[in-house]
Amino acid sequence: MRILRTVWEWFDARTDASKMIGPIAKHPVPRNTGWMYVFGSATLFAFLIQVVTGIALATAYVSSAGQAFQSLSWITNTAFLGRLLRGMHYFGASAMVLLVGIHMIRTFLTGSYKFPRELNWVVGVLLLGLTILMGFTGQLLRWDQNGVWSTIVAAEQAGRVPLVGHQLARFLLGGQTVGGATLSRFFAYHVFFIPAIIFAMVGLHVVLALRHGISEPPSANRPVDPKTYRAWYEDMLHREGVPFWPDAAWRDAVFGLLVVACVVFLAWKFGPPALTSPPDPTIIQAYPRPDWYLLWYFAVLAQLPHGTESVVIVGAPLLAGVCLLVLPLVFNRGQRAPSRRPWAVASVVLIVTGVGVLWYQGEQSPWSPDFNAKPLTGAVAQGSPEVVQGAQLFHNQGCEYCHTIAGNGGKRGPDLTAIASRLTPQQLTLRILNGGNNMPAFASSLKPDDVTALVAFLNTRTLGDGASGGASQ
Amino acid sequence: MSDAEMLSPERRTLLSRLSLALGTVAAALVGVPVVGFLLAPLFAPIAQKWRTVGTAQSFQKGETVEVRFEDASPVAWAGVTGQTAAWLRCETDGSFKAFAVNCTHLGCPVRWLASAELFMCPCHGGVYYKDGTVAAGPPPHPLIQYQVRVRQGQVEVLASPTPIT
Repeated sequence: MRILRTVWEWFDARTDASKMIGPIAKHPVPRNTGWMYVFGSATLFAFLIQVVTGIALATAYVSSAGQAFQSLSWITNTAFLGRLLRGMHYFGASAMVLLVGIHMIRTFLTGSYKFPRELNWVVGVLLLGLTILMGFTGQLLRWDQNGVWSTIVAAEQAGRVPLVGHQLARFLLGGQTVGGATLSRFFAYHVFFIPAIIFAMVGLHVVLALRHGISEPPSANRPVDPKTYRAWYEDMLHREGVPFWPDAAWRDAVFGLLVVACVVFLAWKFGPPALTSPPDPTIIQAYPRPDWYLLWYFAVLAQLPHGTESVVIVGAPLLAGVCLLVLPLVFNRGQRAPSRRPWAVASVVLIVTGVGVLWYQGEQSPWSPDFNAKPLTGAVAQGSPEVVQGAQLFHNQGCEYCHTIAGNGGKRGPDLTAIASRLTPQQLTLRILNGGNNMPAFASSLKPDDVTALVAFLNTRTLGDGASGGASQ
Repeated sequence: MSDAEMLSPERRTLLSRLSLALGTVAAALVGVPVVGFLLAPLFAPIAQKWRTVGTAQSFQKGETVEVRFEDASPVAWAGVTGQTAAWLRCETDGSFKAFAVNCTHLGCPVRWLASAELFMCPCHGGVYYKDGTVAAGPPPHPLIQYQVRVRQGQVEVLASPTPIT
């Protein structure tokens, strides 16, 4: 210990480290900030997990389009602790997205973005965007089938931007096709560009927090008045402030450790996301989906009214970003207490519920055809030879990919388990031949006998036992 | 420091502006090549190359099959990502059509259901008829078509940039 103390004193005498760090660590903060204030530091902990595990992964990851998949497979399946490390990087990203969202909600609900902390909110919004970008570019770096096709989907969305859309898409791809230059670019974005900006933004975020102080817990009796707030805040700190270290920092340490422990445990228990097929664009059997934190957006894209995609893809993120950025500039004074801000509480409930519902929808993806639907068998497909043939056609013609019968099949179209109770054979025939209501017309691909068999099968699907009967003629 | 050694305010202003200008020039000297390098793909001419995908006799009339070929602008380290695919349809009159595998909604790979003669997209349920026109779902446009030609009995597809609709 004495040696360590001597070394530290020698170092401190030459750097004045304690004089520089001491006042920062012990700067006064409001009393009773409590556990609601730990999410910002926890987000930083999650980011540091990403930096450390990312650097370790980068020592083995080959950012070449032709070899990235193999190197990641090696990291996952062969390298010592590679699976755990990849898992930590994945769950660290998930923690970062989750925590930055919670931190933002806490800041919004407690009105902490109001004077004089408006710029800190703006920086926080930019950090939210950068965090999502990191998540997305990280998903692409898996460079498996999902990664390659997700890149194309991203370029396609960039292509919807008016005037410069195609140029933006080419910029993302690093050329005119997904290939060698694409992965190198995304690797550079994910490892150098975006983290560098995040470091700078986090630095500014912390400097601004030190400059303006941590916001005190809101009180309904104390609305923010920019003319008097600073003097009041300084006086309050002088009267009842406590040093950040260790009076408030211990909670950050406890929660930070909890976050790290959760990330390590989840990584150990569940491992990283499985790699799908190699990144061969000629393998068509791919189903690109975003990681969980963007599944809600995936659901939005599936349910947009026809013809509105371009407007929403470009306009919605733009509008959301602008709203978030101007929020503290428009509402920078007045009440901070959630009990006096019902619209703020309602908007958070609405947004969280909406994202939750969309996330569930994205998880279920009822709009996606079920290509794995098995041929109908058993009682469902029994009856006359014509009915049996119709049941086979129902599968072979792809009807089952979109329609469910007796629990089998996709959910894109209506459930046809009891369709004969709703439609007559004539109506069924017309619907099959002409399509409509978002269903293709099969008039050109089905023979008359096939249509007859298909209708005969569907006509067995009633509310009763499902084996006989049908709608009245 | 004596007054004689002090710089005049005007001279200080000049030196401040000069320093900022020199810094800007230095930043530009570094920044212009960097930005130019990063933006270079935007100014590259459109790459298109004819790729042979098989003999005309190897495709049956009325059938649609996946054909694989090297993309139009591969780099040496692209590996399998230097490959691309298209859906090639041999019409009953012997002519050919080649469709991009990308859904025009968001670019996901569409699959061909031979029995139903439909292309279906797994992502958001876009459906196209055998001629590439939209049958159902969110796609705003028909499937993109590549140019096809038959030369000396070989079917050739004009490999083109990834379609951005």
